[in-house]
Amino acid sequence: MGPKAFRSFFVLLAFVLMVLSLPLRAAEITVSAAASLTDALKQIAANYEKQSGDKIIFNFGASSTLAQQIAVGAPADIFFSADEAQMNRLEKNGLIDPATRKSILGNSLVVIVPSDSTLQIKSADDLANADVKQIALADPKAVPAGVYAKAWLTKLQLWPAVAPKVVPTENVRAALAAVASGNVDAGVVYKTDAAISKNVKIAYEVPRADGPDISYPVALVKGSSQPDAAKKFLDYLSSKEAGQVFTQYGFLLRQ
Amino acid sequence: MTTADWQIVWFTVWVAALSTLTILPVGLALAFALARGNWPGKSIVETFVTLPLVMPPVATGLILLTVLGKHGLGGLIDFRIVFTWRAVLLALSVMSLPLLVRSARTAFEEVNPRLEQIARTLGAGGWRVFFTITVPLAARGIVGGMLLAFARALGEFGATIMVAGNIPGKTQTISLGIFENVTIGQNAQAYHLLGASVVLAFIAVWTSEFFLRRKKTA
Repeated sequence: MGPKAFRSFFVLLAFVLMVLSLPLRAAEITVSAAASLTDALKQIAANYEKQSGDKIIFNFGASSTLAQQIAVGAPADIFFSADEAQMNRLEKNGLIDPATRKSILGNSLVVIVPSDSTLQIKSADDLANADVKQIALADPKAVPAGVYAKAWLTKLQLWPAVAPKVVPTENVRAALAAVASGNVDAGVVYKTDAAISKNVKIAYEVPRADGPDISYPVALVKGSSQPDAAKKFLDYLSSKEAGQVFTQYGFLLRQ
Repeated sequence: MTTADWQIVWFTVWVAALSTLTILPVGLALAFALARGNWPGKSIVETFVTLPLVMPPVATGLILLTVLGKHGLGGLIDFRIVFTWRAVLLALSVMSLPLLVRSARTAFEEVNPRLEQIARTLGAGGWRVFFTITVPLAARGIVGGMLLAFARALGEFGATIMVAGNIPGKTQTISLGIFENVTIGQNAQAYHLLGASVVLAFIAVWTSEFFLRRKKTA
């Protein structure tokens, strides 16, 4: 390597190092959040990034999958779950900071059908009808939306009739997508999910008295590499400004 | 191993075997057509058959889902394919066809055409020549291709989950079962299925080795 080539190599190296070190100045906060929060949280994060200069990186998915990822050591600063069970699981294993845990949101369930569907679903009992052949649900074994739906149908003693028709999906948004594509006859998702797709319509809203108590807890993950920056965002999530966005997407504010 | 685990293993073996049998006639016909003669559009057909081998399985799954879904062919016929075991069969067939075709094609190419010509001069018809001369001489390649296709079908994941979903007791294969159990933290069940897949793979490879070795010495 001649001196000229050596020098240009050095300049390039310096440049690469500079680029690589740029993001380090602002904190990068990784948030593992329930799939149902996708749209609302993206908007909230955009607002927050503008005022704080920190960057929010999301990992959206089924809360059960995210909890499992955190349990096996996936890096995350904040966990935002769609049910208490997944948060309890992490708290029991000492993986979250219990002092930071707060249940800030509520939601409700709806039965949806493709928007061009002629199916008449006027009550929970109609899900047991023969013309409803396939029903998409988030996996009722673990994914919160599915667990809630199963709890609701079990309470009404309809689960045995509905279970054979269930098409379990990875997360609640996949259930929404299955209905939107018209590939299943109906689905049970959160009311907030139904609102974001033009290709589905709400056939039946589960009355709050019938449905399970849907609660979204959020907490700081232990082992967070930047707990201070993460805590600031955590506080922002229960701020009035964030609350407005959540409400706009149809979530219910607790507290 | 619970009954549910056994059901998954049994379903996987059954549907993989069925897909291998399903693609056998089509695969052999295609392989033979590609091995012999030059016909217009041959290279196009060849490319299409190989595509599922090269494309991401999930992408192949998306094509199948789009074509067979409610807004594709599935909307025209009153017959459910998507999210049923038929979708599993279809996904496995499409994904494993290239392996059978490629292997059988090479085997057909290696059969000396003069032997077929001699059989013909002795009065044998086209079908008879194919089944008594060509296929037996190409048997090793065909069987090897079938085993490859079967093995591919046993482990298929991406296309299956797209078009057939992951429905326990209906469309859940070993791969899908392992994935689901791991994502929900049921590691014990995942390990049972892992064990089953190792045993199946061992049996498949060992059988093929045994078969191929015996053929060689015969």
